[in-house]
Amino acid sequence: MHIPVEGFMYPNEVELQWSVLIVLYPFITGLVAGAFILASLERVFRVQAVKPTYRLALLTALSFLLVAPLPLQLHLGHPERSLEMYLTPHRSSAMAMFGFVYLWYLMAVLLLEIWLDYRRDIVLKSQTAKGLPRLIYRILTLGSDVLSDRSLRIDERLGYFITLIGIPSAFLLHGYVGFIFGSVKANPWWSSPLMPIVFIFSAMVSGIAAVMLLYMLSSRLRGKQIDIRCLDKIAQYLMYTFIIDFSLEMLDLLQRIYEADESFRSLDFMVHTRLWTSQVIVQILLGTVTPIALLGLTQLFSLTESIRKRIYAVAGCLTVIGIFAMRWNVVIGGQLFSKSFLGYTSYKMGFATREGLLTAIILMILPFIILWILVKILPPWTDEESTSASEAIPVHAAS
Amino acid sequence: MDITRRRLLVLLPAAAVAWEFVRAGTPESAPNYKTSEHWWGMLIDITECIGCGSCVRACAQENDVPDGYYRTWIERYHVTDYAIERPQVESPNGGKEGFPMNEDSSGKNFFVPKLCNHCADSPCTQVCPVGATFVSPDGVVLVDKNYCLGCRYCVQACPYGCRFINPKTNTADKCSLCYHRITKGLTTACAEVCPTGARQLADLKNPKDPIHEYLRTHSVQILKPHMATGAKVFYNGMDGSVR
Repeated sequence: MHIPVEGFMYPNEVELQWSVLIVLYPFITGLVAGAFILASLERVFRVQAVKPTYRLALLTALSFLLVAPLPLQLHLGHPERSLEMYLTPHRSSAMAMFGFVYLWYLMAVLLLEIWLDYRRDIVLKSQTAKGLPRLIYRILTLGSDVLSDRSLRIDERLGYFITLIGIPSAFLLHGYVGFIFGSVKANPWWSSPLMPIVFIFSAMVSGIAAVMLLYMLSSRLRGKQIDIRCLDKIAQYLMYTFIIDFSLEMLDLLQRIYEADESFRSLDFMVHTRLWTSQVIVQILLGTVTPIALLGLTQLFSLTESIRKRIYAVAGCLTVIGIFAMRWNVVIGGQLFSKSFLGYTSYKMGFATREGLLTAIILMILPFIILWILVKILPPWTDEESTSASEAIPVHAAS
Repeated sequence: MDITRRRLLVLLPAAAVAWEFVRAGTPESAPNYKTSEHWWGMLIDITECIGCGSCVRACAQENDVPDGYYRTWIERYHVTDYAIERPQVESPNGGKEGFPMNEDSSGKNFFVPKLCNHCADSPCTQVCPVGATFVSPDGVVLVDKNYCLGCRYCVQACPYGCRFINPKTNTADKCSLCYHRITKGLTTACAEVCPTGARQLADLKNPKDPIHEYLRTHSVQILKPHMATGAKVFYNGMDGSVR
């Protein structure tokens, strides 16, 4: 495959090492971390308004987290050796800890929190369901089917404690992903102490936007009324987080422009040519400034409910696109220029290849399929609680 | 278990065959070589390099380097006095077949052979998630291709563009400083064939190595010293425009 090169690249640099799959990796883990942090708003910070999205946010985080290692596995030259990262991790490597951070987050935080939160529902369903669902719910109880007041209180307390641990863990998960890039001193596009912080805030932005959109979409699909108070609150948090994220990115940019070190001219040229569309147009103008401005409108003016909903939908979509573009510009942009600062290469994405567009699309659809299954097994809807409560045995009401 | 003479006679050849299998899995032996007595690097004299490409060809042949990838390569610099920060650099096919005549007589032209710098504090070995790439006790950065995951983090971490993913093995690949040769008392393939002696293998731990005299009497530099990688490929006569 001929790769167009401009100027001079070291001969081994012409081919890009990290493909669109590595773009998906921080994008997906970002959604996980962001969705979890939104969920923790209700649990830890007692923001009651966002309660309708609490369980949906947790299930969204789990769906994406289950898919997160797949792009990495598909990318490895020897995926069959990936277990070595657990067995013989190289402690000085920023990448070696991924497996442990991932497992910690999956097993110790997310699965445990979801299980504790749903345990009451699972036990009730294991008693009322029939056939295969009954078997599934019985397995999911993990043998813990006591629903006394005391045991439910323990669930609640433990869940709260795990969310407390979960918040720094979510920060760790995505800040760590940022560190994988930010610690590469050979690459001035990546090398920045701000990278983990920017990754954390952009993760929160994308996760909040994604859950907001999923909540709106699921309400529409179920023919239920959207809780506008909840939506307003989420949009407000989205805007605040986005402003912090954008300020940090601009701070990084200003620093680079003002310092203008040896790499600046080369990177500046790249932004004005190869990255112009994906960075300036899509990421900054369309994916950041526009949604912030739209969300700002809802704060400044009293708009009708239906207009607000439309604005939130558009702003949410643009936000997710903008954050994806940010990941793209970090990962792909960081490989388009030569470390000699004398030339540029191009990224040619295949279609039906192992690391091609089709694989990326499938990997992005997969979390939604998992979410759909999870929602079927563990319905997260709070507006149906009253109905299910009436069907449930008295102990539910007692809780 | 009692071992009779007859049984022993049957077992011995089997044990000998098994021992051969065990030996086949161990590295080639270099009985007189002690890793603790060496600290390898390389000296490159830019003023001597004629850009013939012999080193690149020899390296590719010696180490079975696939086409389009380079364990070593040569860059030709063209620097004019008004654009010292923007040199024109080219390396067609890594300089493997030499370079076409440069018609531009303005400014200066020179060749810069490149290879892994076998850094003492190498960022590539630092980032490897499983330690498949490492600095040997005698100062050579090596890759264990039977252990490498092919995650490419090391390729990203090398500031000099020395690493690539070998399409035959799907693992990281780079200059090994012809480790299989130098541990037997030979020099590297590239230094062996260099017609002008522009490349010299250097043993920094050997007090009798001429490198010490050379370093004392010449003004040598390393590539990208601000990266603080402890590079051990020393360049004599290197222009400030070299990246």
